[in-house]
Amino acid sequence: MRIVSFIICAAITVALIIVLNIQIPTGESKTPCLGAFLSPQNGFWQNAEAANTDFNADLKLAGLQGKAEVYFDERLVPHVYADNDHDAYFIQGYLHAKFRLWQMEFQTHAAAGRLSEILGAKSGSSDFLAIDKMFRRLGMVYGAEQSLKAMESNPVSKATADAYTAGVNSYINALPANKYPLEYKLLNYKPEPWNNLKTQLFLKYMSFDLAGGDWDFEMTNAKNIFSAADIEMLYPMVADSLDPIVPKGTAFPQAGVTVSKPSSADSLYYNVLDSIQAPFINRPDRDNGSNNWAVAGTKTKSGAPILCNDPHLGLNLPAIWYEMQISTPNFNAYGVTFPGSPSIIIGFNDSCAWGVTNASRDVKDYFEIEFRDTTMQEYKFNGQWQKSTFRKEVIKVKDGSEVVENIAMTVFGPVMYDRHYANKFKDNKSYAVRWQAHESTDEGSTFYKLNRAKNFNDFIGAISTFGCPGQNFLFASKRGTVAIRQQGRFVAKWRRQGDFVMPGIDSSYMWKAYIPIDENPTSVNPERGFVSSANQRPVDATYPYYMNGDFDLYRGMIINRKLNNMSAITPTDMQRLQTDNYNVFAETARPLLLKNIDDTRLTGEERDYLTKLRTWNLRNDINEEGPTIFAAWIDSLETAVWSDEFSQTQLPLRWPDEGTLVEALLRDSAFKFVDNIQTPAIETLPEICLQSFKLAYKQLKKLEGEQRLKWGKYKDTGVRHLLRLPALSKLHLPIGGGRHIINATKSTHGPGWRMIVHLTDKIEAYGIIPGGQSGNAGSKYYDDFIDTWAQGKYYTLLFLTHDEAKNNQQTKWKMTFSKA
Amino acid sequence: MKFIAALIVTALLSFAGSLFFPWWIIAVAAFIVSVFIHQKALLAFITGFLALFLLWGIQSFYIDYTNDHLLATKIANVLPLGGNYILLIFITALVGGLVGGMAALTGSFTRLSSNQSREIL
Repeated sequence: MRIVSFIICAAITVALIIVLNIQIPTGESKTPCLGAFLSPQNGFWQNAEAANTDFNADLKLAGLQGKAEVYFDERLVPHVYADNDHDAYFIQGYLHAKFRLWQMEFQTHAAAGRLSEILGAKSGSSDFLAIDKMFRRLGMVYGAEQSLKAMESNPVSKATADAYTAGVNSYINALPANKYPLEYKLLNYKPEPWNNLKTQLFLKYMSFDLAGGDWDFEMTNAKNIFSAADIEMLYPMVADSLDPIVPKGTAFPQAGVTVSKPSSADSLYYNVLDSIQAPFINRPDRDNGSNNWAVAGTKTKSGAPILCNDPHLGLNLPAIWYEMQISTPNFNAYGVTFPGSPSIIIGFNDSCAWGVTNASRDVKDYFEIEFRDTTMQEYKFNGQWQKSTFRKEVIKVKDGSEVVENIAMTVFGPVMYDRHYANKFKDNKSYAVRWQAHESTDEGSTFYKLNRAKNFNDFIGAISTFGCPGQNFLFASKRGTVAIRQQGRFVAKWRRQGDFVMPGIDSSYMWKAYIPIDENPTSVNPERGFVSSANQRPVDATYPYYMNGDFDLYRGMIINRKLNNMSAITPTDMQRLQTDNYNVFAETARPLLLKNIDDTRLTGEERDYLTKLRTWNLRNDINEEGPTIFAAWIDSLETAVWSDEFSQTQLPLRWPDEGTLVEALLRDSAFKFVDNIQTPAIETLPEICLQSFKLAYKQLKKLEGEQRLKWGKYKDTGVRHLLRLPALSKLHLPIGGGRHIINATKSTHGPGWRMIVHLTDKIEAYGIIPGGQSGNAGSKYYDDFIDTWAQGKYYTLLFLTHDEAKNNQQTKWKMTFSKA
Repeated sequence: MKFIAALIVTALLSFAGSLFFPWWIIAVAAFIVSVFIHQKALLAFITGFLALFLLWGIQSFYIDYTNDHLLATKIANVLPLGGNYILLIFITALVGGLVGGMAALTGSFTRLSSNQSREIL
């Protein structure tokens, strides 16, 4: 009897332990291993950081060469004072790992197409396997390997990366399992050692985010239903109201490089009809962009330049940026860093400040490959059968299975789409992708040099090797120079080259030459007293090279207008400008809408909304209803104008930009696309304005019922955890702004760092991140800046000498580092 | 007296074991104590249960207190317990208690079974 009881109890105990030791599926996701997760000594409780945590430490680590002190200020920003550069980068790696380990590994796993390995093939509506395949086939790992070669062939870059990697691994190797970041415990996996390839993968992820977009398939499909003239109208090269980065009227030298279109372009390219089914699309956000500007001393109250930058990326937790100061005998820089990469990315040093915005140019093209047979061993190139090589990409899935992608490599690049790719095209054609991020360039060295730049020449030298993603590098120095250059490796293209999918049977459509770097759009100390960029087309039509991309029109316009009208500028004025909610797009479009609506044909309630729009102050502040009414009407109008023509095909197409529509209607109210081609009647602009307003009204009425008519509620900004767990996110923030607005805060996207640097003798700087310094959701430093950020406020950045750090009231903790 | 001793030793052994081994070491600890400090089945269960309930409950309560309930509230939304950190502490203690109690109960049957085997011999 006893033995039976023993066996039963033992079985129950073991069963209980087993159940608590596995991940149990619950609908769309899985629980953590509950036993380990709940254990106070092993589980998530260990990540609950005491509110009064003492960050003081005395660390003796193998791999350091000398001594260093790190002072943490009250916001947990580290100020690193190291004896030598090696130790500075080692410590940067160590601190990134200490505060952001899970994030830095997760982002590089995503870039490497390894999400299925930790999240499973599918979870809810997310198909991680499809995302992994897409990244592998796009050649993300291939590109990272190419850049690794370039980086490791430069001894300085290699030493920097090696020191950084050693620092990350020094932290990981000493990390007990019970101290793993929370997300490892939630998902039940372990961190792996860091390496230099991971840093390159992270930079490729940024390339994907900022220079990974294209519309080549959609544009190719557009050729089926639109004439060449229509395409020029729908996708114009230069907008009427463009206010470019290089001021209009600036004379450009003649092109140093000329390329001519292939003789077959008319028959094989421009006029060929082709239809391409939707590929798997995981498109980076179109509004990944940024603002930056620098005003010269002539326009400031102090006489010293002021540089401002606010890069717009996905609003995520842990924050994409990590703030720090790094000081060695060779340089002293402050700014934001990318966990996963050495150096300060955006910031300032003792002599100058720098910032970036995205160039938004098209650096990704597709070529149709003609394989000899389905084995893809040979493809036609220049009249011969050329051998393909293959890249075997193995995707490990969490359940233990493996998915193998054999990717054919051609002279153009990896064959992203073919009959083996699950999202293959209906027509079974094969397309190779040529992407600037596949090139062997060492982007990290640019930031290494910027951190040490003393003057304009150093700045130009630092950025000259930067390849991808192309950026508008902004510069201002204490000596008074303000400058901007759009830098990247940009292909010299013939007109519309790469706008559509290109023939890949010979070399005639290939990328032939790069635009010489000194011909990249540049503006140095212009007469108007400031330089600026906001992802607009950088030059007007007189620039001697063809340029395609995905540009914003309006932010640049309002920034330049405001800066032109300002004088005796102070940093406070710049804070106000950076967080400004004025909607210049609505300023352009509203008169057009109001002029064309006949309000006698509206009901009383409809007219109330129209009045609200008419009396709106054009600001996208949280409590305004005007922006919601405007947005709903413009959306509805776009649908009314385009949907009839664009529904002629089931194939994916690209809708024209909002600005294109408004400019076309301003130019000509009889714009041909206004007519609904599905009705026999010829519609006029007033008719579709009325129709679209009535449709918008229905939506607005519903929003009002849900208490969501006010812009802040309608837009509903949130900063989301990378795993999209609401409990670890900060949602429903009261913040205005939006698309085409200087305060470019949308629902899930916006200014991830706002920085203002006043280049007085003793630098005065302000900044803020929508997040916190810690990546640990159990720390009070995880999201402590967000409310302040939403209010449009800033922190004063402490740019301290070593002696000042020792005695500063605001430095709260000290870590000493020395070699073991 | 035996009860108190078993309770304290179980808790201490579980705590020490958890410093070096995975979480399920608490089952081993409760089992061993129950074998060597023998009690009747019900009492053994209560000892193991209470030892781990208190060990895990007090630890999580203390951690939560110093953390201003920040993480426990978030995890109680992930799990989902409606953001109730007290409930999460209780569940933590309960899981520890159940494993400890069951392991101790199992242990309480071992001495008698060896007695029986002696009788058979």
